[in-house]
Amino acid sequence: MDFSLTAEQLELQESLDKALAKISPLERVRRHADARATFAEDVWKGLVDLGVTGLVVAERFGGLGQGVLDAALVAESLGKHVVPAPYLGAVVLAPLAIAEAGSEAQQREWLPRIASGDLRVGVALSEPTAGQRAGAGVACRGGRLQGRSLFVVDAAGAQRFLVVDEVGGLHWVDRDAAGLVVTPLDTIDSTRSTASLDFDGVTGEVLEHGSAGVLRRLVDVARVVQAADMLGASWRMLDQAVEYAKVREQFGRPIGAFQAVKHLCAEMAAELEPARALLWYAGYALDEGLADATLASLHAKAYLAEASRFVSRASIEVHGGMGITDALGLHYWFKRNAWSYQALGSPERLREQAAQLQDRRAG
Amino acid sequence: MDLRYSAKHEAFRQEVRAFLAANTGRYPKPFGVNRPTSEAIAWQVLLIEQGYAARTVPRQYGGFGSESDILESYIIAEEFSRARAPWGLVNQGISMLVPTLLELGSEAQKRQWIAPTLRGEVVWCQGYSEPGAGSDLASLTTSAVEDGDEFVINGQKIWTTTAHGADMMFALVRTEPDAPNKYLGISYLIFSMRTPGIEIRPLKTMTGASEFNEVFFTDVRVPKSQVVGERGQGWAVSSSTLKHERGMMGDPNASMARMNSILDLMRAETLDGVRAIDMPVFRQRAMRLQARAMAMQFHAMRLLTASARGQGSGLPRLIVKLQACELNYQLSALAVDVMGEMGLLSPDSEEVRSHGTWPRRNMFDIGMIIGGGTAQIQKNIIAERGLGLPREPKPARGRQGE
Repeated sequence: MDFSLTAEQLELQESLDKALAKISPLERVRRHADARATFAEDVWKGLVDLGVTGLVVAERFGGLGQGVLDAALVAESLGKHVVPAPYLGAVVLAPLAIAEAGSEAQQREWLPRIASGDLRVGVALSEPTAGQRAGAGVACRGGRLQGRSLFVVDAAGAQRFLVVDEVGGLHWVDRDAAGLVVTPLDTIDSTRSTASLDFDGVTGEVLEHGSAGVLRRLVDVARVVQAADMLGASWRMLDQAVEYAKVREQFGRPIGAFQAVKHLCAEMAAELEPARALLWYAGYALDEGLADATLASLHAKAYLAEASRFVSRASIEVHGGMGITDALGLHYWFKRNAWSYQALGSPERLREQAAQLQDRRAG
Repeated sequence: MDLRYSAKHEAFRQEVRAFLAANTGRYPKPFGVNRPTSEAIAWQVLLIEQGYAARTVPRQYGGFGSESDILESYIIAEEFSRARAPWGLVNQGISMLVPTLLELGSEAQKRQWIAPTLRGEVVWCQGYSEPGAGSDLASLTTSAVEDGDEFVINGQKIWTTTAHGADMMFALVRTEPDAPNKYLGISYLIFSMRTPGIEIRPLKTMTGASEFNEVFFTDVRVPKSQVVGERGQGWAVSSSTLKHERGMMGDPNASMARMNSILDLMRAETLDGVRAIDMPVFRQRAMRLQARAMAMQFHAMRLLTASARGQGSGLPRLIVKLQACELNYQLSALAVDVMGEMGLLSPDSEEVRSHGTWPRRNMFDIGMIIGGGTAQIQKNIIAERGLGLPREPKPARGRQGE
């Protein structure tokens, strides 16, 4: 029994942290946000050079063949550095969907290009995860897609889209396909890019081995990866609060010597740290196909959403007035967590789904 | 991450499981905080023979004498939980005094006290807290003044669990009032509760039970040879004991078991014909706590792996008491809430649910948040030792009362 990360995983996170601090320092994030840019080519290239784009692609297609837990660990680092680059959709979900639901020909055609960073794929799965809003939903009639999908993951720089239709079918659609209109959606989180897709008789390729099981797994993986991003972003906010509390002096001593501030920091740590174990387990359970993988994934995201909301607010409070300034930049982490909280299902929705799983089990 | 067990550990698990299945008839009934019953003692003796209690205590002191293998201990705990089998004796003598004697006791003390303590023949109580020394334990004032070969003890202890049923006490007393600071000059003494001059008064708590006592000392004479460790070093000796106490608190398997029994309760309770489990607000609360119970369970496994490898784990270990006690409180509060007024009925009411345990557990859980280091003290520890924030400005470690 070994409940820990391997030496390789620890090394991966450490080297990634160092590299991301160079590729995506706060000034770079700020430049991206200020320009309201969508795709950060240089940051993406940095991820490609690190080999991140081939992370979950099988070795025979030029990837590293890593699992969900590894994908979560990378997401944790990306969240920590609020990296403004595609990841969840382009690097994790798209290759997993192709690998599990695509034909051998589709795998051979697309996976090597995804691994090399040459092909970026946005993923439209807001409706089956966060819920279907009025006017949204994509139907497939006679091989043609009709309807609307909101909040596509990793829309910027995407050359293709993976689209989930209303019955769970998986479609592979060219960005330039006739009848497809891509409309960027600007949110408070400028480090993630999203868009709405309007389909009017669009044809794409069907991933023929798509099934309820494949979709279930994609959704579970997506939530674990998003949860990991929140863990990374939130720990970083806590670290910043602690460092600030050590040096900022009021009433003649560091504010971290006051219990009101000290206890707030302790509460942040106490809330966050057990989530790390829950997240590791969820990733491991998905990799090993354990029976409670879906439950763990739902709980990991719901737990981290609430913990990250608490930390986002409390870290800013520890920083006092400086916390709400643009200059300090803490707001980039706050906004990234705010997005992660809502995307792929709010905690209330996830908990309802967790309860439903057990309703069935209890008969 | 690899949550499979080795063949050796799997075989061990089967052995424990088979033992428990074969011995259900010998499970003793709960005896609360009273002296262990004769059937509880018989069960304990059997468990020591099997190595399911006192597993790593050396044989010459009455233990099973196995090498320390933390995974084996974990498997034993898991299998006992799974079978709902009663543990061997869990009391302050076994959990706190025995490890302390093993670490710092004299050979004579070890030979005299460990074996009968393990077998449940000698029951101990702990004399640490005082009315004026709670979170600031080191400010304790119960004095032990040297007189020939004896100390003469005067003062008062409080929050003494099992004092009325105990044979012996391990206590912190001040032997050197002139030591340079309050942490020095304390000695760790062991003595019989039947020594003349000891008076015990039960301390009734809000649950209606008297799990605790106050203990008064008037000219209580104790041989000087009954100091454990060095005279004047009792603070360091007790730190090793408190370390063992913190490890005791918050069993994540027990929290998960509690969660599951609440889900059962929610499937049974109805209002307006709707089951509590089908009411969105209660569903949300239950699932929120289930996520936390799962997280604490995996967190414990993470700490277990670190311990098995002899690695420290700093912050992750420091948060356990705070989070586990809060979780248990939230769980019992949910159980009471899904029952509504029914949840407040006395155990002897005909309408009572779950034998009326939930409201009492809920009140007891508040005590758990306070006992063994309050939540506020835990937060200080997390912030100072775990996050490196500046320590509370303390008055210079001056003499007592200065």
